[in-house]
Amino acid sequence: MAISMARVRGVSAAVLLGLTVAGCGYNNIPTYEEQAKAKWADVQNNYQRRSDLIPNLVATVQGYAKQEKDVLTAVVEARAKATQVKIDVSQLTDPEKLQQFQAAQNQLSGALGRLLAVSENYPDLKSNQNFLALQSQLEGTENRITVARRDYIEAVRLYNTELKTFPGLLWAATFFRANKPMAEFVASDNAQTPPQVKF
Amino acid sequence: MTTGRTSSLLARGGWRLAIGIIALLYTALAVFAVNFPALTGRIVDQANIIPAETRSAIEPKLADLEAKSGIQLVVATVTSLEGQEVEPYANELFRSWKLGEKAKNNGVLLLVAPNERRVRIEVGYGLEGTLTDALSKVIITNAITPRFKAGDFNGGISRGVDDIITVLTTDASEWQKRPSLRLDNQQTIDPATWLLIAALIALFTLLIVSPGFRWLFLNLVLNILVSSGGSRSGGGYSSGGGFSAGGGSSGGGGASGSW
Repeated sequence: MAISMARVRGVSAAVLLGLTVAGCGYNNIPTYEEQAKAKWADVQNNYQRRSDLIPNLVATVQGYAKQEKDVLTAVVEARAKATQVKIDVSQLTDPEKLQQFQAAQNQLSGALGRLLAVSENYPDLKSNQNFLALQSQLEGTENRITVARRDYIEAVRLYNTELKTFPGLLWAATFFRANKPMAEFVASDNAQTPPQVKF
Repeated sequence: MTTGRTSSLLARGGWRLAIGIIALLYTALAVFAVNFPALTGRIVDQANIIPAETRSAIEPKLADLEAKSGIQLVVATVTSLEGQEVEPYANELFRSWKLGEKAKNNGVLLLVAPNERRVRIEVGYGLEGTLTDALSKVIITNAITPRFKAGDFNGGISRGVDDIITVLTTDASEWQKRPSLRLDNQQTIDPATWLLIAALIALFTLLIVSPGFRWLFLNLVLNILVSSGGSRSGGGYSSGGGFSAGGGSSGGGGASGSW
Protein backbone atom coordinates (compact mmCIF):
# COMPACT_ATOMS: atom_id res chain seq x y z
CA MET A 1 0.00 0.00 0.00
CA ALA A 2 2.79 2.39 1.00
CA ILE A 3 4.66 1.68 -2.22
CA SER A 4 1.60 2.27 -4.35
CA MET A 5 0.95 5.58 -2.54
CA ALA A 6 4.50 6.74 -3.28
CA ARG A 7 4.03 5.70 -6.88
CA VAL A 8 0.82 7.65 -7.19
CA ARG A 9 2.62 10.69 -5.77
CA GLY A 10 5.50 10.25 -8.23
CA VAL A 11 3.25 9.92 -11.23
CA SER A 12 1.08 12.83 -10.17
CA ALA A 13 4.16 14.99 -9.62
CA ALA A 14 5.36 14.18 -13.13
CA VAL A 15 1.96 14.99 -14.63
CA LEU A 16 1.78 18.23 -12.67
CA LEU A 17 5.23 19.26 -13.74
CA GLY A 18 4.25 18.65 -17.35
CA LEU A 19 1.10 20.72 -17.00
CA THR A 20 2.92 23.55 -15.26
CA VAL A 21 5.52 23.62 -18.00
CA ALA A 22 2.75 23.67 -20.61
CA GLY A 23 1.13 26.55 -18.76
CA CYS A 24 4.38 28.51 -18.98
CA GLY A 25 4.34 28.49 -22.77
CA TYR A 26 6.63 25.52 -23.42
CA ASN A 27 4.29 24.42 -26.20
CA ASN A 28 4.11 27.79 -27.91
CA ILE A 29 7.30 27.55 -29.94
CA PRO A 30 6.51 24.19 -31.59
CA THR A 31 2.86 25.17 -32.02
CA TYR A 32 3.65 28.45 -33.76
CA GLU A 33 6.34 26.76 -35.80
CA GLU A 34 3.89 24.19 -37.11
CA GLN A 35 1.33 26.88 -37.85
CA ALA A 36 3.83 28.94 -39.81
CA LYS A 37 4.87 25.84 -41.76
CA ALA A 38 1.25 25.05 -42.57
CA LYS A 39 0.73 28.61 -43.78
CA TRP A 40 3.77 28.27 -45.96
CA ALA A 41 2.29 25.13 -47.48
CA ASP A 42 -0.79 27.20 -48.34
CA VAL A 43 1.36 29.85 -50.00
CA GLN A 44 3.19 27.26 -52.07
CA ASN A 45 -0.04 25.46 -52.99
CA ASN A 46 -1.59 28.63 -54.30
CA TYR A 47 1.45 29.47 -56.40
CA GLN A 48 1.32 25.89 -57.69
CA ARG A 49 -2.34 26.36 -58.53
CA ARG A 50 -1.49 29.43 -60.57
CA SER A 51 1.27 27.54 -62.31
CA ASP A 52 -1.19 24.74 -63.17
CA LEU A 53 -3.53 27.20 -64.87
CA ILE A 54 -0.85 28.55 -67.19
CA PRO A 55 -0.53 25.76 -69.81
CA ASN A 56 -4.26 25.98 -70.46
CA LEU A 57 -4.12 29.76 -70.67
CA VAL A 58 -1.15 29.70 -73.03
CA ALA A 59 -2.90 27.17 -75.27
CA THR A 60 -6.05 29.29 -75.41
CA VAL A 61 -4.20 32.50 -76.20
CA GLN A 62 -2.11 30.70 -78.81
CA GLY A 63 -5.24 29.72 -80.68
CA TYR A 64 -6.10 33.37 -81.25
CA ALA A 65 -2.79 35.20 -81.14
CA LYS A 66 -0.07 33.04 -82.64
CA GLN A 67 1.98 36.07 -83.60
CA GLU A 68 2.58 37.01 -79.96
CA LYS A 69 5.31 34.40 -79.74
CA ASP A 70 7.71 36.42 -77.55
CA VAL A 71 5.17 37.04 -74.85
CA LEU A 72 3.99 33.43 -74.87
CA THR A 73 7.49 31.95 -74.63
CA ALA A 74 8.35 34.40 -71.86
CA VAL A 75 5.42 33.06 -69.84
CA VAL A 76 6.33 29.43 -70.50
CA GLU A 77 9.95 30.03 -69.52
CA ALA A 78 9.10 32.02 -66.41
CA ARG A 79 6.73 29.25 -65.36
CA ALA A 80 9.42 26.58 -65.84
CA LYS A 81 11.81 28.63 -63.72
CA ALA A 82 9.27 29.31 -61.02
CA THR A 83 8.33 25.66 -60.65
CA GLN A 84 12.00 24.78 -60.12
CA VAL A 85 12.31 26.99 -57.04
CA LYS A 86 10.60 25.03 -54.29
CA ILE A 87 11.12 25.67 -50.62
CA ASP A 88 11.01 22.80 -48.18
CA VAL A 89 9.61 23.76 -44.78
CA SER A 90 13.03 23.17 -43.22
CA GLN A 91 14.50 25.86 -45.46
CA LEU A 92 12.13 28.57 -44.29
CA THR A 93 14.78 30.00 -41.96
CA ASP A 94 16.92 30.92 -44.97
CA PRO A 95 16.03 34.44 -46.17
CA GLU A 96 18.03 33.98 -49.37
CA LYS A 97 16.00 30.96 -50.41
CA LEU A 98 12.78 32.85 -49.85
CA GLN A 99 14.06 35.76 -51.88
CA GLN A 100 14.88 33.42 -54.77
CA PHE A 101 11.39 31.98 -54.59
CA GLN A 102 9.84 35.41 -54.59
CA ALA A 103 12.01 36.63 -57.45
CA ALA A 104 11.04 33.66 -59.62
CA GLN A 105 7.35 34.09 -58.85
CA ASN A 106 7.52 37.83 -59.47
CA GLN A 107 9.05 37.21 -62.85
CA LEU A 108 6.18 34.90 -63.70
CA SER A 109 3.70 37.55 -62.51
CA GLY A 110 5.34 40.07 -64.82
CA ALA A 111 5.26 37.75 -67.83
CA LEU A 112 1.62 36.87 -67.12
CA GLY A 113 0.74 40.54 -66.86
CA ARG A 114 2.23 41.19 -70.28
CA LEU A 115 0.38 38.23 -71.76
CA LEU A 116 -2.91 39.50 -70.40
CA ALA A 117 -2.21 43.03 -71.59
CA VAL A 118 -1.52 41.69 -75.07
CA SER A 119 -4.77 39.68 -75.10
CA GLU A 120 -6.61 42.98 -74.88
CA ASN A 121 -5.90 43.43 -78.60
CA TYR A 122 -7.83 40.32 -79.63
CA PRO A 123 -11.61 40.78 -79.34
CA ASP A 124 -12.29 37.17 -80.35
CA LEU A 125 -10.02 35.93 -77.59
CA LYS A 126 -11.58 38.26 -75.05
CA SER A 127 -15.04 36.89 -75.70
CA ASN A 128 -13.92 33.25 -75.71
CA GLN A 129 -15.72 31.33 -72.95
CA ASN A 130 -12.69 29.26 -72.07
CA PHE A 131 -10.55 32.36 -71.81
CA LEU A 132 -13.13 34.08 -69.60
CA ALA A 133 -13.23 31.11 -67.25
CA LEU A 134 -9.43 30.94 -67.10
CA GLN A 135 -9.27 34.65 -66.48
CA SER A 136 -11.61 34.48 -63.47
CA GLN A 137 -9.72 31.46 -62.13
CA LEU A 138 -6.46 33.34 -62.45
CA GLU A 139 -7.91 36.36 -60.70
CA GLY A 140 -9.18 34.14 -57.91
CA THR A 141 -5.82 32.44 -57.57
CA GLU A 142 -3.97 35.74 -57.38
CA ASN A 143 -6.33 36.79 -54.62
CA ARG A 144 -5.76 33.51 -52.77
CA ILE A 145 -2.01 34.06 -53.06
CA THR A 146 -2.41 37.48 -51.47
CA VAL A 147 -4.44 36.03 -48.61
CA ALA A 148 -2.06 33.08 -48.08
CA ARG A 149 0.95 35.39 -48.05
CA ARG A 150 -0.70 37.66 -45.52
CA ASP A 151 -1.50 34.66 -43.30
CA TYR A 152 2.07 33.37 -43.59
CA ILE A 153 3.56 36.75 -42.68
CA GLU A 154 1.28 36.89 -39.65
CA ALA A 155 2.18 33.32 -38.55
CA VAL A 156 5.91 33.99 -38.93
CA ARG A 157 5.59 37.21 -36.99
CA LEU A 158 3.91 35.32 -34.15
CA TYR A 159 6.59 32.62 -34.15
CA ASN A 160 9.53 35.00 -34.35
CA THR A 161 8.10 37.15 -31.58
CA GLU A 162 7.67 34.07 -29.39
CA LEU A 163 11.37 33.23 -29.87
CA LYS A 164 12.42 36.71 -28.80
CA THR A 165 10.06 37.53 -25.95
CA PHE A 166 9.54 36.21 -22.42
CA PRO A 167 8.78 33.41 -21.61
CA GLY A 168 9.41 31.91 -25.06
CA LEU A 169 12.90 33.37 -24.87
CA LEU A 170 13.79 30.97 -22.04
CA TRP A 171 12.55 27.90 -23.89
CA ALA A 172 14.31 29.05 -27.04
CA ALA A 173 17.57 29.34 -25.12
CA THR A 174 17.23 25.92 -23.48
CA PHE A 175 15.11 23.24 -25.14
CA PHE A 176 14.60 24.74 -28.59
CA ARG A 177 18.09 25.91 -29.44
CA ALA A 178 17.74 24.48 -32.93
CA ASN A 179 14.76 26.74 -33.64
CA LYS A 180 15.79 29.72 -35.71
CA PRO A 181 13.59 32.66 -36.67
CA MET A 182 11.85 32.16 -39.99
CA ALA A 183 12.41 34.43 -42.95
CA GLU A 184 9.65 36.94 -43.46
CA PHE A 185 8.29 37.71 -46.85
CA VAL A 186 9.40 41.16 -47.76
CA ALA A 187 5.90 42.41 -48.39
CA SER A 188 6.18 43.57 -51.95
CA ASP A 189 3.81 46.20 -53.25
CA ASN A 190 1.45 43.64 -54.66
CA ALA A 191 1.06 41.87 -51.30
CA GLN A 192 -0.94 44.80 -49.99
CA THR A 193 -2.86 45.78 -53.08
CA PRO A 194 -5.21 43.35 -54.80
CA PRO A 195 -4.13 41.41 -57.87
CA GLN A 196 -3.28 43.67 -60.75
CA VAL A 197 -4.63 41.28 -63.32
CA LYS A 198 -6.39 43.44 -65.83
CA PHE A 199 -8.05 42.01 -68.88
CA MET B 1 13.03 67.90 1.33
CA THR B 2 12.21 70.11 -1.60
CA THR B 3 14.15 67.87 -3.93
CA GLY B 4 12.23 64.90 -2.60
CA ARG B 5 8.95 66.65 -3.22
CA THR B 6 9.85 67.74 -6.72
CA SER B 7 11.06 64.26 -7.59
CA SER B 8 7.81 62.75 -6.30
CA LEU B 9 5.91 65.35 -8.28
CA LEU B 10 7.99 64.48 -11.29
CA ALA B 11 7.30 60.81 -10.72
CA ARG B 12 3.60 61.53 -10.51
CA GLY B 13 3.81 63.61 -13.68
CA GLY B 14 5.70 60.76 -15.33
CA TRP B 15 2.97 58.35 -14.40
CA ARG B 16 0.35 60.64 -15.79
CA LEU B 17 2.33 61.05 -18.96
CA ALA B 18 2.70 57.27 -19.30
CA ILE B 19 -1.02 56.74 -18.76
CA GLY B 20 -1.75 59.49 -21.27
CA ILE B 21 0.53 57.91 -23.85
CA ILE B 22 -1.01 54.49 -23.32
CA ALA B 23 -4.52 55.93 -23.66
CA LEU B 24 -3.46 57.69 -26.82
CA LEU B 25 -2.02 54.47 -28.22
CA TYR B 26 -5.27 52.63 -27.55
CA THR B 27 -7.35 55.30 -29.26
CA ALA B 28 -4.93 55.21 -32.19
CA LEU B 29 -5.43 51.44 -32.37
CA ALA B 30 -9.18 51.85 -32.26
CA VAL B 31 -8.99 54.30 -35.14
CA PHE B 32 -6.86 51.96 -37.23
CA ALA B 33 -9.05 48.91 -36.75
CA VAL B 34 -11.52 48.51 -39.61
CA ASN B 35 -15.06 49.16 -38.53
CA PHE B 36 -17.05 46.14 -39.61
CA PRO B 37 -20.83 46.14 -39.25
CA ALA B 38 -22.18 43.68 -36.69
CA LEU B 39 -23.55 40.36 -37.89
CA THR B 40 -27.16 40.99 -36.97
CA GLY B 41 -28.77 38.41 -39.22
CA ARG B 42 -28.55 36.71 -42.60
CA ILE B 43 -28.96 40.08 -44.28
CA VAL B 44 -26.87 42.96 -42.98
CA ASP B 45 -28.02 46.02 -44.89
CA GLN B 46 -25.74 48.78 -43.67
CA ALA B 47 -26.02 50.73 -46.95
CA ASN B 48 -29.82 50.52 -46.69
CA ILE B 49 -30.51 49.42 -50.27
CA ILE B 50 -32.65 46.33 -49.62
CA PRO B 51 -36.36 47.13 -49.07
CA ALA B 52 -38.40 45.18 -46.54
CA GLU B 53 -40.30 43.04 -49.06
CA THR B 54 -37.11 41.86 -50.76
CA ARG B 55 -35.61 41.14 -47.37
CA SER B 56 -38.57 39.02 -46.34
CA ALA B 57 -38.41 37.22 -49.69
CA ILE B 58 -34.68 36.39 -49.46
CA GLU B 59 -34.35 35.62 -45.76
CA PRO B 60 -36.40 32.35 -45.79
CA LYS B 61 -34.32 31.10 -48.74
CA LEU B 62 -31.12 31.66 -46.79
CA ALA B 63 -32.55 29.99 -43.69
CA ASP B 64 -33.81 27.09 -45.78
CA LEU B 65 -30.37 26.65 -47.34
CA GLU B 66 -28.74 26.40 -43.95
CA ALA B 67 -31.36 24.03 -42.59
CA LYS B 68 -30.91 21.67 -45.53
CA SER B 69 -27.18 21.80 -46.11
CA GLY B 70 -25.57 23.67 -43.23
CA ILE B 71 -24.27 26.29 -45.65
CA GLN B 72 -24.40 29.83 -44.28
CA LEU B 73 -25.02 32.39 -47.00
CA VAL B 74 -25.00 35.97 -45.77
CA VAL B 75 -25.81 39.09 -47.79
CA ALA B 76 -24.07 42.26 -46.69
CA THR B 77 -24.15 45.82 -47.98
CA VAL B 78 -21.69 48.36 -46.60
CA THR B 79 -21.60 52.12 -46.81
CA SER B 80 -17.83 52.16 -47.20
CA LEU B 81 -14.93 49.79 -47.82
CA GLU B 82 -12.85 52.03 -45.54
CA GLY B 83 -10.37 52.81 -48.26
CA GLN B 84 -9.63 49.14 -48.91
CA GLU B 85 -10.12 47.16 -52.08
CA VAL B 86 -13.14 44.87 -52.08
CA GLU B 87 -11.09 41.63 -51.99
CA PRO B 88 -9.19 42.15 -48.69
CA TYR B 89 -12.23 43.83 -47.15
CA ALA B 90 -14.51 40.90 -47.99
CA ASN B 91 -11.96 38.38 -46.72
CA GLU B 92 -11.47 40.19 -43.42
CA LEU B 93 -15.20 40.68 -42.95
CA PHE B 94 -15.78 36.97 -43.66
CA ARG B 95 -13.14 36.00 -41.12
CA SER B 96 -14.39 38.39 -38.48
CA TRP B 97 -17.92 37.04 -38.89
CA LYS B 98 -16.68 33.42 -39.07
CA LEU B 99 -19.35 32.30 -41.53
CA GLY B 100 -20.00 28.60 -41.96
CA GLU B 101 -19.39 25.64 -39.69
CA LYS B 102 -15.96 25.56 -38.09
CA ALA B 103 -15.10 22.08 -39.32
CA LYS B 104 -16.49 22.54 -42.84
CA ASN B 105 -15.85 26.23 -43.51
CA ASN B 106 -19.03 26.23 -45.58
CA GLY B 107 -19.93 29.90 -45.61
CA VAL B 108 -20.55 32.31 -48.48
CA LEU B 109 -20.64 36.09 -48.30
CA LEU B 110 -22.27 38.28 -50.93
CA LEU B 111 -20.86 41.74 -50.33
CA VAL B 112 -22.16 44.87 -52.06
CA ALA B 113 -20.47 48.27 -51.69
CA PRO B 114 -22.79 50.63 -53.61
CA ASN B 115 -20.69 53.74 -53.01
CA GLU B 116 -17.55 52.12 -54.41
CA ARG B 117 -19.62 50.29 -57.03
CA ARG B 118 -17.99 46.99 -56.15
CA VAL B 119 -19.49 43.58 -55.51
CA ARG B 120 -17.84 40.36 -54.33
CA ILE B 121 -18.79 36.76 -53.67
CA GLU B 122 -16.39 35.50 -50.99
CA VAL B 123 -16.41 31.70 -50.69
CA GLY B 124 -15.34 29.73 -47.61
CA TYR B 125 -12.58 27.12 -47.89
CA GLY B 126 -15.04 24.24 -47.82
CA LEU B 127 -17.13 25.40 -50.78
CA GLU B 128 -14.33 26.39 -53.14
CA GLY B 129 -14.85 23.19 -55.09
CA THR B 130 -18.59 23.80 -55.59
CA LEU B 131 -18.90 27.55 -55.98
CA THR B 132 -15.70 28.01 -57.95
CA ASP B 133 -14.09 31.30 -58.88
CA ALA B 134 -15.29 30.90 -62.47
CA LEU B 135 -18.90 30.22 -61.42
CA SER B 136 -18.85 33.13 -59.00
CA LYS B 137 -17.65 35.37 -61.79
CA VAL B 138 -20.39 34.11 -64.09
CA ILE B 139 -23.03 34.90 -61.45
CA ILE B 140 -21.62 38.38 -60.93
CA THR B 141 -21.34 39.28 -64.60
CA ASN B 142 -24.64 37.73 -65.68
CA ALA B 143 -27.03 38.09 -62.78
CA ILE B 144 -25.75 40.92 -60.63
CA THR B 145 -23.81 43.71 -62.35
CA PRO B 146 -26.17 44.27 -65.33
CA ARG B 147 -29.03 44.94 -62.89
CA PHE B 148 -26.85 47.08 -60.63
CA LYS B 149 -25.86 49.11 -63.64
CA ALA B 150 -29.52 49.88 -64.24
CA GLY B 151 -29.88 50.91 -60.58
CA ASP B 152 -31.84 47.78 -59.70
CA PHE B 153 -30.14 46.62 -56.47
CA ASN B 154 -33.21 44.61 -55.55
CA GLY B 155 -33.22 42.47 -58.66
CA GLY B 156 -29.44 42.08 -58.70
CA ILE B 157 -29.26 40.85 -55.14
CA SER B 158 -32.28 38.51 -55.41
CA ARG B 159 -31.05 36.99 -58.66
CA GLY B 160 -27.53 36.70 -57.29
CA VAL B 161 -28.78 34.90 -54.18
CA ASP B 162 -30.97 32.59 -56.29
CA ASP B 163 -28.07 31.69 -58.55
CA ILE B 164 -25.66 31.10 -55.68
CA ILE B 165 -28.21 28.81 -54.03
CA THR B 166 -28.77 26.96 -57.30
CA VAL B 167 -25.04 26.34 -57.71
CA LEU B 168 -24.64 25.26 -54.10
CA THR B 169 -27.61 22.92 -54.13
CA THR B 170 -26.95 21.10 -57.37
CA ASP B 171 -23.87 19.50 -55.86
CA ALA B 172 -25.20 16.39 -54.15
CA SER B 173 -22.43 16.07 -51.58
CA GLU B 174 -23.32 19.44 -50.06
CA TRP B 175 -26.97 18.54 -49.96
CA GLN B 176 -26.96 16.22 -47.01
CA LYS B 177 -28.98 16.77 -43.92
CA ARG B 178 -27.01 17.50 -40.85
CA PRO B 179 -26.81 14.40 -38.66
CA SER B 180 -27.73 16.41 -35.58
CA LEU B 181 -31.21 16.90 -37.00
CA ARG B 182 -31.89 13.20 -37.25
CA LEU B 183 -34.08 11.82 -34.54
CA ASP B 184 -33.09 8.16 -34.66
CA ASN B 185 -29.54 9.01 -33.58
CA GLN B 186 -30.70 10.01 -30.16
CA GLN B 187 -32.55 6.84 -29.33
CA THR B 188 -29.73 4.33 -29.26
CA ILE B 189 -26.78 4.58 -26.90
CA ASP B 190 -23.56 3.60 -28.59
CA PRO B 191 -20.70 1.78 -26.76
CA ALA B 192 -18.69 5.02 -26.50
CA THR B 193 -21.33 6.45 -24.21
CA TRP B 194 -21.16 3.36 -21.94
CA LEU B 195 -17.37 3.77 -21.80
CA LEU B 196 -17.75 7.40 -20.84
CA ILE B 197 -20.18 6.50 -18.06
CA ALA B 198 -17.81 3.82 -16.74
CA ALA B 199 -14.93 6.31 -16.80
CA LEU B 200 -16.97 8.86 -14.88
CA ILE B 201 -17.92 6.28 -12.23
CA ALA B 202 -14.24 5.30 -11.89
CA LEU B 203 -13.25 8.94 -11.57
CA PHE B 204 -15.75 9.64 -8.79
CA THR B 205 -14.78 6.47 -6.91
CA LEU B 206 -11.12 7.48 -7.06
CA LEU B 207 -11.95 11.00 -5.94
CA ILE B 208 -13.77 9.66 -2.89
CA VAL B 209 -11.27 6.93 -1.98
CA SER B 210 -7.84 8.50 -2.57
CA PRO B 211 -6.80 11.89 -1.14
CA GLY B 212 -3.69 11.89 -3.35
CA PHE B 213 -5.84 11.56 -6.45
CA ARG B 214 -8.14 14.29 -5.19
CA TRP B 215 -5.16 16.64 -4.86
CA LEU B 216 -3.90 15.70 -8.31
CA PHE B 217 -7.31 16.16 -9.92
CA LEU B 218 -7.79 19.58 -8.36
CA ASN B 219 -4.39 20.70 -9.64
CA LEU B 220 -5.16 19.35 -13.10
CA VAL B 221 -8.44 21.23 -13.33
CA LEU B 222 -6.79 24.43 -12.10
CA ASN B 223 -4.01 24.06 -14.63
CA ILE B 224 -6.41 23.55 -17.50
CA LEU B 225 -8.41 26.58 -16.39
CA VAL B 226 -5.28 28.72 -16.19
CA SER B 227 -3.83 27.63 -19.50
CA SER B 228 -7.09 27.97 -21.41
CA GLY B 229 -8.01 31.32 -19.89
CA GLY B 230 -5.99 33.31 -22.37
CA SER B 231 -7.13 31.60 -25.53
CA ARG B 232 -9.83 33.23 -27.56
CA SER B 233 -13.14 31.51 -27.94
CA GLY B 234 -13.90 30.02 -31.31
CA GLY B 235 -17.60 30.53 -31.12
CA GLY B 236 -19.45 32.88 -33.36
CA TYR B 237 -21.86 35.71 -32.89
CA SER B 238 -25.39 34.90 -31.98
CA SER B 239 -28.34 37.11 -32.67
CA GLY B 240 -31.88 37.22 -31.42
CA GLY B 241 -33.25 35.77 -34.67
CA GLY B 242 -31.79 32.35 -33.94
CA PHE B 243 -28.91 32.94 -36.31
CA SER B 244 -25.33 32.39 -35.27
CA ALA B 245 -22.14 31.99 -37.22
CA GLY B 246 -20.30 28.71 -36.78
CA GLY B 247 -16.62 29.69 -36.89
CA GLY B 248 -15.74 29.10 -40.53
CA SER B 249 -12.98 30.77 -42.50
CA SER B 250 -12.16 31.75 -46.05
CA GLY B 251 -8.95 31.93 -47.99
CA GLY B 252 -9.90 34.40 -50.68
CA GLY B 253 -11.97 32.16 -52.95
CA GLY B 254 -14.71 33.66 -55.12
CA ALA B 255 -14.84 36.54 -57.54
CA SER B 256 -15.48 40.25 -57.63
CA GLY B 257 -16.91 42.71 -60.10
CA SER B 258 -17.75 46.35 -60.57
CA TRP B 259 -20.45 48.25 -62.40
